[in-house]
Amino acid sequence: MSEESDLRAAVAAGVVGSGESFRALLSAIVEVARSIFGAQAASILLLDEEAEELVFEAVVGQGEDTLLGTRFAAGTGIAGWVLATRTPLVIEDVGADPRFARDVAEDTGYVPKGLMAAPLLHEEGALGVLSVLDRPEQSLFSLQEMELLGLFANQAAIAVDLLLKARAAERLLDGSGGELEVVARLASAVDGLEDEQRGAGFRLLGELADMLGR
Amino acid sequence: MRGLAPVLSDPVQEVSGHSGDAGKAALPAWSLPKDAVGRIARPASWPDRVTREWALGGATGAGIRVCILDSGVDSTHPLVGELESSVVISLVEDDEVHVEEDGEGDVSGHGTACAGIVRQLAPECQISSVRVLGSTFTGSGGILLGGLRYAIEQGFDVINMSLSTTKKPFATVLHELADSAYFKRAVLVASAHNMPVESYPWRFSSVISVGSHEEADPLDFFYNPNPPVEFFGRGVNVQVPWIGGRTLTVSGNSFATPHISAICALVLSKHPELTPFQLKSVLYLTATNVGGGT
Repeated sequence: MSEESDLRAAVAAGVVGSGESFRALLSAIVEVARSIFGAQAASILLLDEEAEELVFEAVVGQGEDTLLGTRFAAGTGIAGWVLATRTPLVIEDVGADPRFARDVAEDTGYVPKGLMAAPLLHEEGALGVLSVLDRPEQSLFSLQEMELLGLFANQAAIAVDLLLKARAAERLLDGSGGELEVVARLASAVDGLEDEQRGAGFRLLGELADMLGR
Repeated sequence: MRGLAPVLSDPVQEVSGHSGDAGKAALPAWSLPKDAVGRIARPASWPDRVTREWALGGATGAGIRVCILDSGVDSTHPLVGELESSVVISLVEDDEVHVEEDGEGDVSGHGTACAGIVRQLAPECQISSVRVLGSTFTGSGGILLGGLRYAIEQGFDVINMSLSTTKKPFATVLHELADSAYFKRAVLVASAHNMPVESYPWRFSSVISVGSHEEADPLDFFYNPNPPVEFFGRGVNVQVPWIGGRTLTVSGNSFATPHISAICALVLSKHPELTPFQLKSVLYLTATNVGGGT
């Protein structure tokens, strides 16, 4: 990153919020997805490109206490296919598929029978996979549900993109030895002021920028 | 690259790619001299009304070679049966494409499902597997391109692509490959995306793009008057073979695609002279919502 984009990231990190707040947004998205589909569980898997692994970033329902942070190879299983082909998929009776990551599932004592999975696509990249596990058994799958799954995946992809940007900004601040953190704190402090004080804060910053010749 | 000639090196396409075709004499593709008109004469073999019975009635897919470009195919599954060939594509040093016999089979189950759908509808066609998934996660775009290039060079009649890429740098080469397939009479059948993103190759007009319908008849297919998705095949609650000898119920455009691939194989087995352009016209004329439902 250039110095200017470093500063922008620092200001953004101070004002926009932490990675944790976006993680909460992801949790909210999977919670709504699970509720709308009447499913047993829902999760968001994030791709760790360096490690070539998928990581459980948000989980609701069965497995939510144990799966968070769990990793598995990105090229394996149904989630791996969905990620690699950028194509959503719905499978009933997943338990019959020996390639399904059963070891992860069995750790939690929960092996799903059905799975809907859609890639999280942002710009040119595939960031991860949204999965909805075990819809009600009596209902046959419909195209309407596929559309809905796509909408959720789109929303989740935007949230994941924000999360990744926030984390990158946080990493930048951590690695800057405190220099950029001052900028972030300043941005956060001015952003938190109200009315007159806020106006005065921005005027002060303007004077400071003039004084520094920018 | 083992035994592969570059697909894109020859800008002049032959008039005809199929053996036994009357127009095979070397004509330049961009002009028609007066004395050559007779040489491209075509028998008026199409009926006044193209019906589904004429198009594929009694067809079995015999003589047609279908390629499943996917995660591999498990040929030990009884609903799939013997494969003509099975290779895996990988990238070696300097991103060179490497092709070798695939000893692993299917790494996810999806390719087996696609092969099973084709086998069910066109039982006598020859199925080959070109595996472009699972060997590594990174570089998957290059492997996809290498696999498609290989499939075109092998002269398969129908290439089933239930996958897409969102990487723009690959789009140009994919487009060239899709056009190359079109002129070489390799019918490229590709899954459409049902999410709001740009992905390829299904958006290219030289391929047959496929979305899903919810009807239960596997031979039902619909023409879409609002492209880029051109046809809808059966793609919801489909019973398919899966790895491990299992059968699953699945949904998605990626399963609608092999339905259309199989229908293409049926039509081509009965009318091997059809070009991709003509085949698309037959699909249009015999689509359930156009004239094929009667």
